[in-house]
Amino acid sequence: MELELIVAQFQKKDTVAFEKLYNMYSENICGVINTIVQNSNVAEEICQDVFMKVWNNSESYNASKGRFFTWILNIARNAAIDEIRSKSYKNSKKNLSADYFVGILESKEDHESGKEDIIGLKNHLLSLKEKCVEIIELLYFKGFTQKEVSKELNIPLGTVKTRNRSCISQIRNNLAL
Amino acid sequence: MDTKEYIASGILELYVAGTLSELENLEVYLNAEKYPEIKKEIEAIEASVLSLTRTVSPGTIGFDDIRNRMDMEGFPLTEGTKNKVGWTAYLGWAVSLIFMAGLIWLYEQNNQLISDIEVVSLQNITLEQQIADSEISLAKKDELLATIRDKNITVVPLGGQTVSPTSYAKAYWNKHEKKVFIDAQGLPDPPDGFVYQVWSLKLNPLRPTSMGLLEDFVEDDNKVFALANPNESEAFGITLEPAGGSAAPNLEQLYTLGVATS
Repeated sequence: MELELIVAQFQKKDTVAFEKLYNMYSENICGVINTIVQNSNVAEEICQDVFMKVWNNSESYNASKGRFFTWILNIARNAAIDEIRSKSYKNSKKNLSADYFVGILESKEDHESGKEDIIGLKNHLLSLKEKCVEIIELLYFKGFTQKEVSKELNIPLGTVKTRNRSCISQIRNNLAL
Repeated sequence: MDTKEYIASGILELYVAGTLSELENLEVYLNAEKYPEIKKEIEAIEASVLSLTRTVSPGTIGFDDIRNRMDMEGFPLTEGTKNKVGWTAYLGWAVSLIFMAGLIWLYEQNNQLISDIEVVSLQNITLEQQIADSEISLAKKDELLATIRDKNITVVPLGGQTVSPTSYAKAYWNKHEKKVFIDAQGLPDPPDGFVYQVWSLKLNPLRPTSMGLLEDFVEDDNKVFALANPNESEAFGITLEPAGGSAAPNLEQLYTLGVATS
């Protein structure tokens, strides 16, 4: 079924459509949350909360505001950031700026990653240059804006877009192989 | 618009990342709707981001947990197709109810017509019977008229006697066919257990011969009775006799009497 149709059904509160969307994106959303909170169990809990939020606010999604995945991605990032700002989290001494998503990749054993293609991609991501890792981390996992990335990495505004495109292209090329 | 340049700018990667402003999001969305190659590019970028994010997933708790949570929050779960009753369904029911009511009405009308036809048919049969009866009656009357008009008929009026002075009768005598028709309209109904008996009389000396009884007098409509008369009658008389008739007339109960003139 077309994504647009599934989303339309989901917005009519069709739980079957919702389950399809959950199966399509829950792994990704949990992964993004995990890179922020740096705790698998907490990430999985927040991930479920995020999908409940998505269900309860289904009518607020509008295709003109962006991709459906991007919509959930933003909700997930906000929920994860709220979590690490909370008191209880600050007490658990995590230093989030130190670890990039590649840190999680490095700590993961190959058998945990499951399928062959994911292992291949993982190895490819680990071989990405530092420049790509940091810009992908900030844009996709942390949700920084172009301006914020420019400031954070101390590079010109225009360079953010082109460098990011080149980095994403490398991942795409790897997927195509 | 140069779509290649637009794609190469890297704005679509930021679009998927969700870090563009609302206005920029709308602009990309409209361009994607307008140019299929832009939409295709966005889908390819999204696919690579999905692959990327999947690699760092710790796994998920699963949809069963979501289902339980929705259940606790009181959401009805969808079972396969949605069981939503729209206005069209209600309209459908309404239309079929009206249709059924129409059918019942037509059925009632049809039954009424059938029963009307049955009534009219019965009336027709009755009327036909009446017409048939009338025709038979008319034929009888024609026959009677023809009989009394016959040139061989001798008409003998019978006058009332002492017992019943107002009584009268007529005898239409066809000597040729040896028959007498008695018109007994002027006689009263005989009492129970009695019957009128017609006599052929020879005078000098008086010698009565029974011609027969006026049977079923009360029931007979035209009161005309045909009797055989082989006698050389000189007069006719009618007496009241006990049921079954008598061998000789009881002259004390002589109701009418008339003499044949020729």
